[in-house]
Amino acid sequence: MFTYLIKRLLFAIPIALAVTALCFSLVYLAPGDPLSAVLPSDASQDVVDLVKAQYGLDKPVPVQYLLWLQRAVTGDLGKSISSGRPVAEEIGKAIGNSLLLAGLASTLAFTVGSALGIAAGYRNGSGADRAMSAIAIAGVSIPHYWLGIVLVAIFSARLNWLPAMGAGPAGSGNWTLDHVQYIILPTLTLAAMPAGIVMRSVRALVADTLSRDFVTGLIAKGMGRGAIFRHLAKNIAPTALAVFGVQLGYLMAGSILVETVFTWPGTGLLLNTAILQRDIPLLQGTIFVLAMFFVGLNLLVDMLQPFFDPRIKRT
Amino acid sequence: MRLCDLPRFQPFANRALGHTRSALTAMALGALLCTTAGTAFAQGTLRIAMTASDIPLPNGQTDQGAEGMRFMGYTVFEALVAYDLSAADKAAPLMPGLSTDWQVDAADKLRWTFKLRPGVKFHDGSAFTAQSVVWNLDKILDSKAEQFDPKQAAQGRGRIPSVKSYKVINDLTVEIITAEPEALLPYQMAWIVMSSPAQWQAMGKSWDNFLKKPSGTGPWKLESYVPRERAVLARNADYWNKAHTPKLDQLVLLPVPDASARVAALRSGQVDWIEAPPPDALDSLKGAGFALTSNVYPHVWPWHFSRLEGSPWNDIRVRKAANLAIDREGMKNLLGGMMVSAKGMVPPNSPWFGKPAFEVKYDVPAAKALMAQAGFSKEKPLKVKAIISPSGSGQMQPQLMNELIQQNLAEIGIQVEFDVRDWNALLANWRAGAKDPGTKGAASTNSSYFSQDPFTSLIRHLDGALLPPKGTNWGYYADKEMDQLFDGVRNSFDPKVQLTSIQKAHEKFVNDALFLFVAHDVAPRAMSKKVKGFVQPQNWFLDFNTISMDK
Repeated sequence: MFTYLIKRLLFAIPIALAVTALCFSLVYLAPGDPLSAVLPSDASQDVVDLVKAQYGLDKPVPVQYLLWLQRAVTGDLGKSISSGRPVAEEIGKAIGNSLLLAGLASTLAFTVGSALGIAAGYRNGSGADRAMSAIAIAGVSIPHYWLGIVLVAIFSARLNWLPAMGAGPAGSGNWTLDHVQYIILPTLTLAAMPAGIVMRSVRALVADTLSRDFVTGLIAKGMGRGAIFRHLAKNIAPTALAVFGVQLGYLMAGSILVETVFTWPGTGLLLNTAILQRDIPLLQGTIFVLAMFFVGLNLLVDMLQPFFDPRIKRT
Repeated sequence: MRLCDLPRFQPFANRALGHTRSALTAMALGALLCTTAGTAFAQGTLRIAMTASDIPLPNGQTDQGAEGMRFMGYTVFEALVAYDLSAADKAAPLMPGLSTDWQVDAADKLRWTFKLRPGVKFHDGSAFTAQSVVWNLDKILDSKAEQFDPKQAAQGRGRIPSVKSYKVINDLTVEIITAEPEALLPYQMAWIVMSSPAQWQAMGKSWDNFLKKPSGTGPWKLESYVPRERAVLARNADYWNKAHTPKLDQLVLLPVPDASARVAALRSGQVDWIEAPPPDALDSLKGAGFALTSNVYPHVWPWHFSRLEGSPWNDIRVRKAANLAIDREGMKNLLGGMMVSAKGMVPPNSPWFGKPAFEVKYDVPAAKALMAQAGFSKEKPLKVKAIISPSGSGQMQPQLMNELIQQNLAEIGIQVEFDVRDWNALLANWRAGAKDPGTKGAASTNSSYFSQDPFTSLIRHLDGALLPPKGTNWGYYADKEMDQLFDGVRNSFDPKVQLTSIQKAHEKFVNDALFLFVAHDVAPRAMSKKVKGFVQPQNWFLDFNTISMDK
């Protein structure tokens, strides 16, 4: 297991390098000027050149990349061009908010999706199965930003029950009960799609497992429903866990639109801002951290799977 | 209103109490939802959703463009020269700010003296003096000064290109020397706001630390600041202008870049005021009882013509014909009424407009006649390539507007091919100029222009000395008569003479149809009817001191 862990950690290095190099190249391939968002729009080219030199953006792109990399290995991800704040500080705050949102949404999606999936799997082919499958397909198919807008229109604009945006009455941080209302709509919006995916995966696993010979054997031995369910759970847990891990990763990195709709101050909104402002250090840092988060999460899931299913060995 | 206060919630709660399980559910739900949208704000708090994606930096010479200056620049800080924002029915003139009087030396037109307002203190209690002014100019102009801040320099130094040197004459007098005679210096100085040197010292001579506890002389003090989320400004009870101390207790600024999210926030009662509601939401907001405000302000949306050799826009007949072909009233309907038809670079009611002989209006027969004189018709069209953007800061609805223009111009024999570019790419080309290879044969570009003062509204676009990269005369327009008119503006130190010079320059803009004059933005805003005392001036900046909130 330890060798496997070291091997996987070493694999993360080329992935990180590739991610950062690709990101750097893509940003420079995009038209426009990285300083456009920083400077007044009517600044002359002379002023732009002067400020470029101050930010080190007048150097060749490969040199800029190497300088960034040199600092990044020491943990310094540079400073945001637009705000001047350290990128690590910006990401540190945003990632906490995104983790909270993605964690809650994943947990909700996993709980609801698993419950519905197990119920549908047990009633494979029945009317209830078809109804629950239809709900799951709707969850997977509805664009989550659209769902967010609809939820806001109903629960915020029309009923005035829940806030339409933000992370708290005085911003994020210093969490109190007052903050709960702010996270309900983004969580529901973000949970819809993974709930559908988890439901469909679990339903298929349950239906497949229940049709296996060992289950028939257990029933023939006179084992109760609870005991059979424990066997079932052990069999579906590794795959369900893998789906959960992948979905959590997607939610962390893929919640740009949802966080924008709800002005939720997480990594998605930060990424959106960085893209629109061509804030290269912020963009670079955020993508790098999210990519590493994804790699780390997959590794964690791989490490946890053997605990649920001893047949899986990591060597 | 909280959910538990709603009549519809009460029967549900009563029924639930009869059943233990239901009651527990209701209690949990109630506890959760009673904390919802009903956070009580003290009377006198105005919550504003800005279009910016971040809180403008509270360092002084803030970022986020004119919106940053509107909400953070001129609230917490002040400049030597201010804008009179008290009236909605006339252009906002300059007025004394931290300087009570400014004069150019009668014998030496390069030498200005600014008399400073006595008794002004920064929020930290330190005195505002001539030393503070010099310190602040060094902050953005002298890269060797310990307080030099590249971020503030990026925002400020381009605003005062004429300033060559400056010094303290006495505690309440500053002298500024310009590189050339520059009668527009007061307009330039209106951009430069004053941060507290004492506070910067107290914060360990660090601008990053200064952001945590900034200090200016303005009517608002920064009470709290959560980057990217919110800033709370509190009334400065010790403001030097007692008659103009804010009525509100607090001003809460929230960055909400998504237009739909701003509308939802207003409708849900989370904010009291939103900037730039989308045109398709205006009717529904009005129907829901929100107040909509708008006013023409110094913002023009034109096509900027290339005047390089071979440009189809070098023919004045074609330029005039294009200006007569645009159905601006139709465009106004498309935009839900949120524009004013442009008849020149400045709005028709601006004192700078003058009395041009050529009237920009919708007259297709006249336009066709001019095109015929130039040798073109619908059957034998003139082909032009135009750079436009699908969206962009201050660009109104560029795609919609340009499609209508394309249709209108086709009617008179001008066939337009669009070169659609990302807004940042368009800006980069605008700075680089029409000669740049990146222009790729286009003969016009379409960037909306901030036109707050004579320099930004007129001179910078067509001054023969401001060709790229030094300046932003994108089309390489060069005309001795125009340069002389601009020199006249810069050398007119008497306000009345200066006004006449500006009018003459603007008349030439219109008479020679030097741009395709299309629209002026009207800065739409939507707000709760609880907001009282707001006057929307004809300006980019606003006065929040007169506003109060009804209970």
